[in-house]
Amino acid sequence: MINGLKKWRLFTLMAALIFFLAGCGREEISTLIPAGGVAQDQFNLLILSSVVMLFVIIVVTIVYVLAITKFRRSKLGDEFIPEQVEGSAKLEFLWTAIPIVLIIIIAIPTVYQTFDLADTRTMDVEAEDGSMTNLTVNVIAKLYWWEFEYPEQGIVTAQELVVPTDQRVYFNVVSADVKHSFWIPSIGGKIDANPENTNTFYLTFDQESSELEDGVFYGKCAELCGPSHALMDFKVKTMNSGDFDQWVTAMQEEQPAPSEELAQTGEELFGQDGLGCIACHATSGVGEGNIMAGPNLATFGDRNRVAGILEHNEENLKAWIRDPQQYKPGNQMPDVKSLNGGQDVSEQDLDALAAYLMSLSVEQ
Amino acid sequence: MSSNAQKSGFGATIWDYMTSVDHKKIAILYLMSGGLFFLIGGIEAMMIRIQLMKAGNDFLSAGTYNEVLTMHGTTMIFLAAMPLLLGFMNAIMPLQIGARDVAFPFLNSLGFWLFFFGGVFLNLSWFLGGAPDAGWTNYASLALASESHGIDFYSLGLTISGFGTLISGINFLVTIINMRAPGMTYMRMPLFTWTTFVASALILLAFPPLTIAIFFMVFDRLFGSHFFDVAAGGNTIIWEHLFWIFGHPEVYILILPAFGIFSEIFAIFSRKRLFGYTALVFATILIGFYGFMVWAHHMFTVGLGPTANAIFALATMIIAVPTGVKIFNWLLTIWGGSVSFATPMLYAVGFIPSFVAGGVTGVMQAMAPLDYQLHDSYFIVAHFHYVIVGGVVLAIFAATHLYWPKMFGTMLSEKLGKVTFWLFFIGFHLTFFIQHFLGLMGMPRRVYTFGADQGWDLFNAISSAGAIFMALGVIILLVNVIMTTVKNERVGNDPWGDGRTLEWAIPSPPPFYNFAQTPLVRGLDTYWIEKMEGNKEGMIYAEPLGDIHMPNNSFIPVVMSFGLFVASFGALYHPDDLPWTVPVIVLGLLITFGSMLLRSLKDDLGFHVHKEDLIKDREGVKTDGHQ
Amino acid sequence: MDINKKYTPHSWPDHPETATMEGKNKFVGFWLLLAAESVTFASLFATYLALKDKGPSGMEFTAAGLFELPLVFAMTMILLTSSLTSVYAMYHMKNHNFKSMQAWLAVTVLLGATFLGLEIYEFNHYVHLGFGYTNSAFSSAFYTLVGTHGAHVLFGLGWFIALMVRNAKRGLNTYNAPKFFLVSLYWHFIDVVWVFIFTVVYLMGVIG
Repeated sequence: MINGLKKWRLFTLMAALIFFLAGCGREEISTLIPAGGVAQDQFNLLILSSVVMLFVIIVVTIVYVLAITKFRRSKLGDEFIPEQVEGSAKLEFLWTAIPIVLIIIIAIPTVYQTFDLADTRTMDVEAEDGSMTNLTVNVIAKLYWWEFEYPEQGIVTAQELVVPTDQRVYFNVVSADVKHSFWIPSIGGKIDANPENTNTFYLTFDQESSELEDGVFYGKCAELCGPSHALMDFKVKTMNSGDFDQWVTAMQEEQPAPSEELAQTGEELFGQDGLGCIACHATSGVGEGNIMAGPNLATFGDRNRVAGILEHNEENLKAWIRDPQQYKPGNQMPDVKSLNGGQDVSEQDLDALAAYLMSLSVEQ
Repeated sequence: MSSNAQKSGFGATIWDYMTSVDHKKIAILYLMSGGLFFLIGGIEAMMIRIQLMKAGNDFLSAGTYNEVLTMHGTTMIFLAAMPLLLGFMNAIMPLQIGARDVAFPFLNSLGFWLFFFGGVFLNLSWFLGGAPDAGWTNYASLALASESHGIDFYSLGLTISGFGTLISGINFLVTIINMRAPGMTYMRMPLFTWTTFVASALILLAFPPLTIAIFFMVFDRLFGSHFFDVAAGGNTIIWEHLFWIFGHPEVYILILPAFGIFSEIFAIFSRKRLFGYTALVFATILIGFYGFMVWAHHMFTVGLGPTANAIFALATMIIAVPTGVKIFNWLLTIWGGSVSFATPMLYAVGFIPSFVAGGVTGVMQAMAPLDYQLHDSYFIVAHFHYVIVGGVVLAIFAATHLYWPKMFGTMLSEKLGKVTFWLFFIGFHLTFFIQHFLGLMGMPRRVYTFGADQGWDLFNAISSAGAIFMALGVIILLVNVIMTTVKNERVGNDPWGDGRTLEWAIPSPPPFYNFAQTPLVRGLDTYWIEKMEGNKEGMIYAEPLGDIHMPNNSFIPVVMSFGLFVASFGALYHPDDLPWTVPVIVLGLLITFGSMLLRSLKDDLGFHVHKEDLIKDREGVKTDGHQ
Repeated sequence: MDINKKYTPHSWPDHPETATMEGKNKFVGFWLLLAAESVTFASLFATYLALKDKGPSGMEFTAAGLFELPLVFAMTMILLTSSLTSVYAMYHMKNHNFKSMQAWLAVTVLLGATFLGLEIYEFNHYVHLGFGYTNSAFSSAFYTLVGTHGAHVLFGLGWFIALMVRNAKRGLNTYNAPKFFLVSLYWHFIDVVWVFIFTVVYLMGVIG
């Protein structure tokens, strides 16, 4: 037993060491490095509750260690018959009352925060010029990608949420198929995307994502939704409202046709007379949500990842188009062969498509 | 006693167990099949940890991973933890209250066979087109979208085994209400009997909502109804409510008997009366009661609104109070005692820090706004493994060591027992402690893979390494069981030396009628009282020695359960437009209801054990407990 | 317990249903089963209320437009009466009057069968209107709730008949008295559930 305890102590020490070495995870995704007001509030609750719980653990540990070391039979002798104590009303009162006090300490901020985080009163407040003071984004979750509609601005994007840093952003979250859950760990807690109703909540983004190592925050689906649940990632770009307004304007404008010849071939392939990708994927940022079957590609060239998961380069893009099922099993994108009359798409065509898609950009 | 009492051999033994209505034999059946499912669930757990040991691993494909994780959860909860606990309840509870059997021995057998056929049906999915893949919670929108028959195996299998559990729950309740020996008042019942009582009440009220939810699922998937079909006006949140109205009490159905087992262990191995027995009883009742009022804390992120979230958050926090009361009463039971660290006590002592850790993270999750971050992340995975493994599984292992001599008459090796404990205990903390941090670092649960760019590699590798220790622990436990059985060194009534309750006053294993004479109970820890007063027999009796009435064995429970098993196959393939499905459903139901009718019409009056045989038994002439 | 023991109204115990240990166990166990049944029906009612009038867009059926009270009212009266007749049967059982008990049980079974017949007629009527089981979430919830009750009625009838036939020749004893008592208890429970169905589904449905 003594031997075991020693082992245990050593192990705890090692675990603590490893933990410090690994830090608190990546700033793009860790709830321990909050980058938004909501996540900060939640982090504060985490610290508060951890302190309270640590107090509980310390008290239990002291009694526990004393009890199992002081009253060992090996010390007391085999014949020793302890006094058969029935109990103690005083002690019972004590360990009922103290936890109640502890619970009250954590209950008050819990109730306050629960109502505060559900407060949508400023959602539809209009500024003097008739525009909304706060941005609203409609989030539509689909098997395994995310669509972001900006109703007031009349634009739609997918896979990369773009938001301003200095205001509340309201989200209307809904699913178009099975249940998903919308989660940006370093910005704030999650809310479910239900198929039968729209959930509304807000987040605030306090840090510009360009300061991050990877340039974006990571968003996740947090509800099991099928084989590729683990791959239903999205990214979040945060920028100051000046940059954001610029981005919105660029989205609203018609993008110039590609200048490069290869990309022009790609555009043809993409269109009705080519492979017909355009039937599912819009390439203009103007539009409404939940209409097209596939993600909007107007900002494709600006993105951080291909399909939310692969490094953003033409090689990966071509690989994805060739066999999307290999990278996201069960996703809804049709096999490109079936769009090409049963023929494999040639390497040149893939190059052209990739060049075209990479040329789609509103930020350049 | 009938003439086939002398018959022996393997076939006869199998037949005996299949028809037995003896609570002790049914307990062994539960233990064996629960143990088997525990191993299957454990293999599935190892597959999960192998898949997640490094980023981008391809040991399991995405779809297979979802099947494995679903079957791991479902198997461990419904087919391993619960049956194993039901096994110990069956083995010990009637002995603790001085009863000769449970109130309905026939139903006891029926309950087991329903569970068994349900479990087998569910696991057949692996061989018949794929296992369920929507998680053990089987949320409706995903479950309806699932293409294979896996979900149907889940629904039908759990329906059958759920009926079995419900029957067992009613049986235990009636047993405790009606069959207590004279003098065994409610406030003299051992804590394990109390927790069995409360857990059975929870089973009684929690299983019907699950059954109904699963019925809806069966009808939606197989017979064209629209309960969860949003396009036709259905609503998937109904599933979530019904599931968690069952699901939360289910957690207490598991943990309360575990509390009971540890309560027994703390008293026995501290050689001391349970500190604050009354408080422990009321805490048990309160936990059971609150268990029904907190289900929506599993649904904080569903969007029920701040009022509902706040109310359920507060209700959930309250549960910490009775749980804390229990922890401190256990500590004070050890305090001032004479503590022997035999294997069961080792588990009990290991349980306290593990369960406290699981409990405090539970309170953290009760804080709704914080739960928005923690929900469906690896934090939750860590939390519920801390309570289920750190609470329930440690209790099952502890009870295995504690009650093995009472059930089988031999003692598991203490040496190997301690090795198992240390391997399992260290492996458990290694596996799950670090998962709290994975969750806080943004890792969602139920992901079949993760990218190398997420910063989760190291902690996942550590977690997988821990799982190896747990597996080794379980393997050594198996070796222990086999070695002990082979050695077959018989033990006496009270092998631990410090037994306090009635089960330790009778032989190990007890004769099939348990008590030749019904005992008279004079207080809490009645056997301890008699021992302290120098009573060599360990009991005083409420009646003179006389004939004992016992129930007959019956094969009908197996047939009834088998009928539902058959009907389930018909239902399962019903949407596939096969011609034989409806006839098979009808045939199965005919078997079930026909045997029910047969049972009803045919008088079954039992038989008597005669006084002379009881005297022979007492003098050590072995008359097999078998009619 | 001796199954062949003959009783007279004098030697017959006051509470024959709980005169034996088996009887006592069955009595408690059955009440517990009814508790579980209550939760079962509570779940069905809750689901029904959540899905009432919910269907695909353009669904033509609503509770207010569909249900007609006169028939359902008649069914209610019939089932309530059958509950009363089963009370008479139990009264005679307690007085060890086997023949009268059997007679009243027969009346109960007849009334129950009439109820079931009317329910089948009602369902058939709705189906012909186009309101089938797979019509909408509302129809699924309606048929499942009311149909589960109907299945209970059917099971109860089978139980009554089995007991009456099995014991027709040997009369009452403390072995079968608990069985008669339990089936009548079950019958009352079914009746109470129907009162709720009548109120929640039909009355509240028609009122809107």
